[in-house]
Amino acid sequence: MTDQVLAIDDLQVEFRTEEGVVKAVDGVGYALGKGEVLAVLGESGSGKTVHARAIMRILDSPPAFITNGTVRLGDIELLTLDEDDMREVRGSRVAMLFQDPHTALDPVFTVGDQLMELLRERRKMSRGQAREESLALLQRVGIPDARDRLDAFPHQLSGGIAQRVMVAMAVALEPEVLLADEPTSSLDVTVQAQVLELLGSLVAETEMSMVLITHNLAVAVGLAQRIAVMYAGRIVELGPARDVYTTPKHPYTAGLLRSIPDIQVREERLPGIAGSPPNLLKLPTGCAFSPRCPLADDRCRTEVPAFFAVGPDRWSACFHPDEVQR
Amino acid sequence: MSSHRPTSYLEGISAVDDAPSAAAATLWTDVWRKMRRDKRFWVAAALITMFALMAIAPFLFFTKDPQACPIVDFAQRPSRQHWFGTDILGCDYYTRVIYGARTSFKVGLVVASVTIAIALTLGSSAGYYAGKTDMIASRIADILFSVPTLLGAILVLTLFHGGGALIIGLVIAFFGWPDMFRLVRSTVISGKSRGYVRAARTMGSPGRTILRRHVLPNGIAPVLVFAAYVIGGAVGAEAGLTFLGVGLRLPAISWGLQLAVADTRFPELAYLMVYPSLFLCLMIGAFILLGESLRDALDVKLEPND
Repeated sequence: MTDQVLAIDDLQVEFRTEEGVVKAVDGVGYALGKGEVLAVLGESGSGKTVHARAIMRILDSPPAFITNGTVRLGDIELLTLDEDDMREVRGSRVAMLFQDPHTALDPVFTVGDQLMELLRERRKMSRGQAREESLALLQRVGIPDARDRLDAFPHQLSGGIAQRVMVAMAVALEPEVLLADEPTSSLDVTVQAQVLELLGSLVAETEMSMVLITHNLAVAVGLAQRIAVMYAGRIVELGPARDVYTTPKHPYTAGLLRSIPDIQVREERLPGIAGSPPNLLKLPTGCAFSPRCPLADDRCRTEVPAFFAVGPDRWSACFHPDEVQR
Repeated sequence: MSSHRPTSYLEGISAVDDAPSAAAATLWTDVWRKMRRDKRFWVAAALITMFALMAIAPFLFFTKDPQACPIVDFAQRPSRQHWFGTDILGCDYYTRVIYGARTSFKVGLVVASVTIAIALTLGSSAGYYAGKTDMIASRIADILFSVPTLLGAILVLTLFHGGGALIIGLVIAFFGWPDMFRLVRSTVISGKSRGYVRAARTMGSPGRTILRRHVLPNGIAPVLVFAAYVIGGAVGAEAGLTFLGVGLRLPAISWGLQLAVADTRFPELAYLMVYPSLFLCLMIGAFILLGESLRDALDVKLEPND
């Protein structure tokens, strides 16, 4: 990798609840290159959102605590930064995009107010400058009639336009890294494609890097150069998007791929992954996926697999990577 | 038909999806629209405007000097000369009752502004910063909450031998603010878990800004409704305290004082009781009506959930 923007190592986050301690993120690590899009793929509860909030350090403590790990952004370590410095980093160096734009916009202020607040506070712009810049940002994210939209309230916007506004806010301070947390999951399918296309073009134009958090494999393959698959708080497979898609090296990834319907094949019932996602309070011993895994043997049930290199730039946390069938 | 294939799956889909472009309808224009159709609001507004005029410019309503009391005219029944009659000192009762609005209004405004100021600062810090700040503020509120407002006010005012409208207002507010504090605190607690608060945090907004710009504007509605009730309550409390002899004293002019005097001459001079009670009820009622109309228009729930 040429230029490394973000490097995460052994990140651990636990939730201390009344029922016990839950390791929501358990040793996540990856490096993100300049201008790269890395998709973090996983189902609900896999820790993908928590890991992003840990990078931003916006987890609610209690109950969530970052217990270990390093997050290096360029030459600074985010996890040990004091709160004031971290606040400077948020928005200007790492920004985040949320799943539901309508809850992420404040209902009592216009779109323009919210963009201008950001620019005036962080860029020290005057009212006039901030308004001009806000307008330019809205135009840049492809909002038609941008001038009118400045004075619109969030509830007057459709989901797609509202998410474009959120994108405009996220890129307003030209961050190096954008953490997009399920940015299209709350949108209509046609609008999803437009927002993804917008994100793709922004990355291409600006050398911004992006961590795309999603549970949608098609979205991941469509936009990302590499895919990290998360399961029960760990990354279980990491590799170039196309390779992971064509030749998965972890049985969980393979299971996900098999559960995508194929338009060419008539099937009565779509194959799923047997069993249900693990209860993080009572993780099985050994590999967390072993109770659902067709390849599991005694070793899998007693020993946690390390993250093995299984090919060029390919990693898998499985003892049997070569037996995995697509 | 034959060779036309979309080059992109996006072709033909305009970037404008079903964006509604109706005229701007903000929370407050919406509230105004609802209140405009509410009879209660207009009744309350008319009464409050009238009382406010009485308080600011009482001379608009009478031509007599409220302190000019020829003793020979004492205890005259209502007549063309004296619309509400005269009191036992010979003062024109209509003039005195009108003049009483100023005291009640003053107390109501002092109590409301002090209560809002304390409740907003302490309540929002306690709710937003939680932890120790919350612990300390909430315990202070709990202690004062455990003292009934009127009882506490009677105690303090007795110790200080009464006081002017300002002092009485401050004392009532001192014992009364915990109610609104709890309301603000719980509103802030529920408001800070909203998506836009989290979003503002990820954009690097400092806590102060988030509280001022996002949490409070979204949670101010129930506070305003409650403030209307606070004014009504304060007006009643002042009259009650004064009636009991621990509030205002002569030569001040207050409905409570008038009622206290009327009480000694009831029932033979019943009209002395009627006019101040009527005005008192109308003023308290006006603020309660305003509060109810505002509450329904804003659709807020006033029960704090803790």
